[in-house]
Amino acid sequence: MDGPGVPPRDAAMSVRGLRKAFGGQPVYSGFDLDVRRGDILAIFGPNGCGKSTLINMAAGLLPLDGGSILYDGREVREVRIGYVFQNYREALFPWLRAADNIRYPLRRLGLPKREIEARLERLTSDFRIRFDLARHPYELSGGQQQLVSVMRALAVEPEVLFLDEPFSALDFETTLDLRALLQDVLKRLRVTTLLVSHDLEESIALADRLLMLTRRPTTVADDMAVELPWPRTSATLSEPGFVALKRRCLAVFEAAVAGRPVAA
Amino acid sequence: MRGLLGAAGFIALWWLAVLLRLADPVLLPSPAETLRETWAALQGGPLLHDLTRTVWRTVQAFVIATAVGVPLGIALGAKEGVYRSVEFVVDFFRSTPASALFPLFLILFGVGEGTKVAVAAFGAALVILFNAAYGVMNARRTRVLAARVMGAGEARILWDVLLWEALPQVLVGMRAGVSLALVIVVVAEMFIGSTDGLGQRVIVAQSLFESGLMYGVIFLAGALGYLLNLTFLVLEKRFVHWAGR
Repeated sequence: MDGPGVPPRDAAMSVRGLRKAFGGQPVYSGFDLDVRRGDILAIFGPNGCGKSTLINMAAGLLPLDGGSILYDGREVREVRIGYVFQNYREALFPWLRAADNIRYPLRRLGLPKREIEARLERLTSDFRIRFDLARHPYELSGGQQQLVSVMRALAVEPEVLFLDEPFSALDFETTLDLRALLQDVLKRLRVTTLLVSHDLEESIALADRLLMLTRRPTTVADDMAVELPWPRTSATLSEPGFVALKRRCLAVFEAAVAGRPVAA
Repeated sequence: MRGLLGAAGFIALWWLAVLLRLADPVLLPSPAETLRETWAALQGGPLLHDLTRTVWRTVQAFVIATAVGVPLGIALGAKEGVYRSVEFVVDFFRSTPASALFPLFLILFGVGEGTKVAVAAFGAALVILFNAAYGVMNARRTRVLAARVMGAGEARILWDVLLWEALPQVLVGMRAGVSLALVIVVVAEMFIGSTDGLGQRVIVAQSLFESGLMYGVIFLAGALGYLLNLTFLVLEKRFVHWAGR
């Protein structure tokens, strides 16, 4: 493996000896990972390999069977995190207006009203919002709803942001727009991000580092740095560096999937 | 507007049946006669009093049922294991015709006002409880997780997410509950030592062959049930604007 090693003091998140099984079937048995502060790490792998399981455990939504996931030595509940769910329709609170959805985690932190409004304003300008945040989520388009979810996750100024297939329920055009907006903000604010995606192109285009996982029991098939310049536009997708990386990823992916039992 | 066509057709058919003498005029008075007798009973007779008695009993039963059913249902729904263990009892008594419980409630509460309200409240409370519990248990899991990620504790999640998630179903339960309370109150007025109420009036009118008044009271009871249902439909639209979206 020629993946980028992360010196311990640069790590925002460290996974050690992670173990997790579902119904006696091991998904992780001794899994290690370090994520560098400010990096966008994309996690890519075959269906059911436990990509979402990994970030759900990291976000404290799912208990570990063994091992540890620490953030600079702290447990997840001592860390400010943001999480964007795949299904924005079921993740936003439809009884609250969009703006109140974004204010919600700030109120949970007990921030003063002035600070909450200042952050809302900053996010609104960061994401160049032109629709009315006084509307309820169901009055917004899918892309706008997911944008509100992203703003809600970033409002707390998270130390780590988790994105679970954030674009998979959106159409292509919306995905491109949202991807551009997101990389702009994430890179500017240097937010450590874990992105789970089943879209290889998207994983490469958004990531500083790409982790390719195998089928269960999950191990790292490849761990590569994505050293393409920022910002990455639609032109990036046809550059030789990008194409070469994608070819390598496909080869690794096919090998990882080919490693499956014949019956599957 | 189109809905009125059906009603007009119904009255036309009724009138036609009267003109053709399809039934004894004592048993089937004309719509005009029915209206006249009902109006007279409302103006000077006991009908207005009966109507207010029935409404008041229904409202009392409904308020008690809501006050008991909603909090209990939400509490049970939040602890699914507990709900599963009492589910059979709830379902059993929910399926028991409330009229079969009259003798039991007569023993418990005597032949007074309290019995009618109590038996109606009992029936309505079970429906409301059942709906509230399912409202909480069917809360979208993603929303609960989202709240947890944003630092909400269990009490916060109950207050900020589960209550709101359950609200549409709670209102559905309240709508079913108020209709059921009305049904039970009217039946109770017929059979549990009453001197007033729509149920009492309809059975008295029938035994005295006051057919016009009897039909009038039936329609009045129907209108009452319809209005109660409509009120809750409007409330649901207003207060749970997000339901199903």
